[in-house]
Formats: sequence, C-alpha cells, structure tokens
Amino acid sequence: MSLQDKYKQLIDAANAGGVSNLQVAEQDNVLHIEGSAPDGATKDKLWDIYNQIDPDFRAGDLIMNVNVAASAGTKAKVTTETSNLNIRKGPGTDQPIVGKAAHNEIVTLISKTNDQWWLIKTDDGEEGYAYAQYLSPQ
Amino acid sequence: MKFVKNYLILFLLSSAVFIGCKPKDADFKAQIEKTLQASPETAGVTVDVKDGVATLTGEVKDEATREKAGSAAKDVNGIKNVENHVTVTPPPMVETPPVQINNDTTLAQGVKDATKDFPTVTANVNDGVITLTGSIKRSSLQTLIMSLNTLKPKKIDNQLTIK
Repeated sequence: MSLQDKYKQLIDAANAGGVSNLQVAEQDNVLHIEGSAPDGATKDKLWDIYNQIDPDFRAGDLIMNVNVAASAGTKAKVTTETSNLNIRKGPGTDQPIVGKAAHNEIVTLISKTNDQWWLIKTDDGEEGYAYAQYLSPQ
Repeated sequence: MKFVKNYLILFLLSSAVFIGCKPKDADFKAQIEKTLQASPETAGVTVDVKDGVATLTGEVKDEATREKAGSAAKDVNGIKNVENHVTVTPPPMVETPPVQINNDTTLAQGVKDATKDFPTVTANVNDGVITLTGSIKRSSLQTLIMSLNTLKPKKIDNQLTIK
C-alpha cells in the first residue's frame, strides 16, 4: 500500500478542511504533507486523524507540517500545559528571557520568524520571541 | 404501360439507395463523434466517414486510448472498416521538486528548542533523521511530535518509551 493510500483520510480531510498551499510528496519512503490550515480546529483534526492512522507516531513515514495561517495582529492564546511561556530576546532557547506570558493569556502576533518562533506582544507591552507550538491563533 | 411502371419503381428505389449513402455516412460520423466526445481523453480525436469507412485522426496519451477511439468507430453498426490514424503522444514527465529538508545544524538547533521542556527525551540528528530515545508522558507526546514536524526533517524515528 502506498503512503498516499495509507494517509488518504488525512489528505482528504486537509482538502475538505480548506488547507491552502497543500503539498503532498513522497521522498525516501516518507510522506511529506505541508500547507496552511485556516484555523486551529482544522489543524487539531488533522493531528487526531494522524494519531488514529499511526498510533503514538511510531511508523516514521509521515512528516506533517501544517500550520495555522496567522497574520500580524492575530490574537493567540498561550497553550502551555500549565506553566508560563517564556518571551525571549531572540528566536532560540539560548536567548535571554525578557518576559513571560501566563498560561491561557491572550497575546498579539507581530510577525512569524519561522514555523517555530513568533515575535509577539503581551497586553502589558512585553515584546519578544515565543515558541509557536505553545501559541494557538484565535 | 405496366412494364414502364415497373421500371420507374426500380429506378426510384435504386436512386433512393444511391442517394441514401451520403446521409448515412453523416449519421455514422455524428454517432462516432458523440462517443468520442463523451470521454475527455478521446475528445480530441476527429473522425471522417466515407462510404462506411471511418478515418480517425488526432493525438491521444496512450495506446489504450487509441484503441478505445478505434472501438468507438468499429462498434457502430454499419461501419465497414476503420482507418485508425490516431497517434500516441505520451504526456511530458512532470518533475516533482524535491521536498526541502533542513540541514543537520538547523535541525539540531530546532530539536534543542523543541525538547527543552522534555528533559527525559534525548534527540539525535543524523543525515536529516531525528531519532528520539528516552521516555515521555503520553499527554506530552503529540506536543513534542508536532513541534518536531515543523522543523522539516527527513524523518522522525520515535523510539520513546511512553509512560
């Protein structure tokens, strides 16, 4: 069974969910799916399907880089497990911490440095880079 | 007089058969065209019918489609012969651009950031492949895998013990 068949449900859901710039390509026995999801719910749904097809992500045959499309000024919620989110001077965990955003706090996106680091601003005026995995665009 | 009448009938009948040939070819042509148009892959084939002989011309993508176009003409009742001049032109190969994979230095930096909050996880990067060893809570697994997926690795080899 080809990887596109194995993950057909996922690709269909990405199309149905309105994922833009969707790219599906197989390389070295790994399927790469890229695109921009219109909202966090669509992204979560895709990850639920991925986890159903490949429980605990053991197969090592899919890289899914689908991120939520968010432009400058978008509000994002801090979705850490429980802790505060570090705001850093630059994009990297080796950068000094210049502030913190609380769990569930709403911050504003200034720009996306890359898929990992976003420049954000809190309502208190703290500005810096935060790890995108813990930010959910609203 | 009866003699003349018989001749007249014969003449009328034979001329009807003679004249009848033309519209029949046109009917065949219309019928074949309808079949060809019904399928997008044979829609580019043109057909001409003369004295019950169908001539097909045009280009299709493969031999099977060429034969399909031939059948479309052959299957019409009354077609005596099919001259299949349809040529096969395979579609150009579309080169898919390779998937962009980040180099090991970029990946190692990204992996360091992604695993910072998971001290029980060890991640190694080699030739674009991220290998995860150690242990993790099930509730944190997806969070970690999600952030590693944004790094553009070649593959993620998850050997974590899930608690």
